[in-house]
Amino acid sequence: MLRMARYFLFVLLLAGAAGCATTGGDSRDPAEGFNRAMYSFNDGFDEAIGKPVATAYRNALPSPIRSAVRNFFANIADLWIGANNLLQGKPADTVTDWARFAFNSSIGIFGLIDVASEIGLEKHDEDFGQTFGRWGVADGAYLVWPFLGSSNVRDTAGLIFDLGLDPVLQHEPVRVRNAMTILRATGKRADLLDASRILEEAALDKYVFQRDAYLQRRRSLIYDGSPPRAAREVPRAEASEPEPAAQAAAAAPQAVATIAVARPDPAAMEAAVRLLELPATSAASTGG
Amino acid sequence: MFPRSVRLATAAAATAIVLAGGVRAQAQSEVQAPDVLVKTVTLEVVDIIQKDKDIQKGDRKKVIALIEAKVLPHFNFQAMTSSAVGRNWDKASAEQKARLTDEFKTLLVRTYSSALASYSNQKSEFRPLRAKPSDTDVTVNVRVMQSGDQPMTIDYDMEKRPGGWKVWDVRVGGISLVANYRTEFDNQIRDNGVEGLIKTLYAKNNSPVQPSVAGAQKK
Repeated sequence: MLRMARYFLFVLLLAGAAGCATTGGDSRDPAEGFNRAMYSFNDGFDEAIGKPVATAYRNALPSPIRSAVRNFFANIADLWIGANNLLQGKPADTVTDWARFAFNSSIGIFGLIDVASEIGLEKHDEDFGQTFGRWGVADGAYLVWPFLGSSNVRDTAGLIFDLGLDPVLQHEPVRVRNAMTILRATGKRADLLDASRILEEAALDKYVFQRDAYLQRRRSLIYDGSPPRAAREVPRAEASEPEPAAQAAAAAPQAVATIAVARPDPAAMEAAVRLLELPATSAASTGG
Repeated sequence: MFPRSVRLATAAAATAIVLAGGVRAQAQSEVQAPDVLVKTVTLEVVDIIQKDKDIQKGDRKKVIALIEAKVLPHFNFQAMTSSAVGRNWDKASAEQKARLTDEFKTLLVRTYSSALASYSNQKSEFRPLRAKPSDTDVTVNVRVMQSGDQPMTIDYDMEKRPGGWKVWDVRVGGISLVANYRTEFDNQIRDNGVEGLIKTLYAKNNSPVQPSVAGAQKK
């Protein structure tokens, strides 16, 4: 099963790479044709199943129950969040994450109540994609995967570890695992109902809006909310109508700054392909 | 009857006092620190929303009126628009710039009102500003606590202007509003010119609003 999924991902990655040649446009998104196809597939699936199920879930269950579901899965996630913080050289955060797990699993009744946040142990957001980013791996090309949504080459490599090591996806028996996976996905989608409605209102082109938001968000997450200032500094024309000549001069360096965003890097692509292969062999040997 | 000079002196003194008072009041409003401003406005808006049943039910007109009265005066929309349009800004005529700014403002207000409609009593934490008194460009950080998730950061990029501190970009969870529109605006202008972008924004602003999930679902 896992092997098949990986093969599927690999083929998609190749298809994505092949798509590079077909569309010219944003340098961060060489596979735009492929990505847009995946995006509209996901959008169709979401309209038909994701959103209706999430809305029904939200309307059927009172807020405290939905919170308990969210907290339960967030608690399980804290284990690997702590490990990722350790890999990123932030042991103090790891201590917080694992202390959260200890408190919430016991006093918080299997993680249903987030008591740790109440006593000031703040939750973190980490995953393997962020860890690789912290280690200096560049974004690589932007990618959209069916069901999983926005990603890039680096985060896809990270995702393989996230999913491969996910305690929920390892759980036996399979019936319980499936039920938990569906519940978790439904809860997540329900939490995003407002956000997706706002996206509809805000975006001129939902695909572009979501892509740029994803890339910005991941960059922010990798730097734990404070990315280096240089890259986000935006030369902006003054509101008090400057001379046209001065404006043109101010606009020129900005054009350069806009283009100088992460470019897909063949070496990173190759590293990702190798990473794709890695868990394949380990999973096969453990009989996963 | 007082001598004329005394009456004049009294009048002058009275005028001086009134003037001084006026100047002090004006100086106070100008000097209000950016972080204090963000906190005051946020708490005020949250307070109004919590007390207003119509807004909680999803009354968009009322939310928009609230934003226009309380929030908009603290935003520099022209700076936001020129920054979002970026290198194409100087391609637009003065009249197009004005219409662009107007349409972008409407779009942002619509989006913002939609976001406010789904507000559900999260606690906000206001970080003290780390800036020198002489700074004229600062970022004010606010964190919104959410159960079972990392706190969401809202960063206001603000600039000191003659009328007080004005916001020229908002970053939610690290996503800059201005930067996020840049590619879209760029594509529009590349394909259809400045006029095309204005038309698209106008059409977007005049499309029916999405029903609010929160509003429909709240009892």
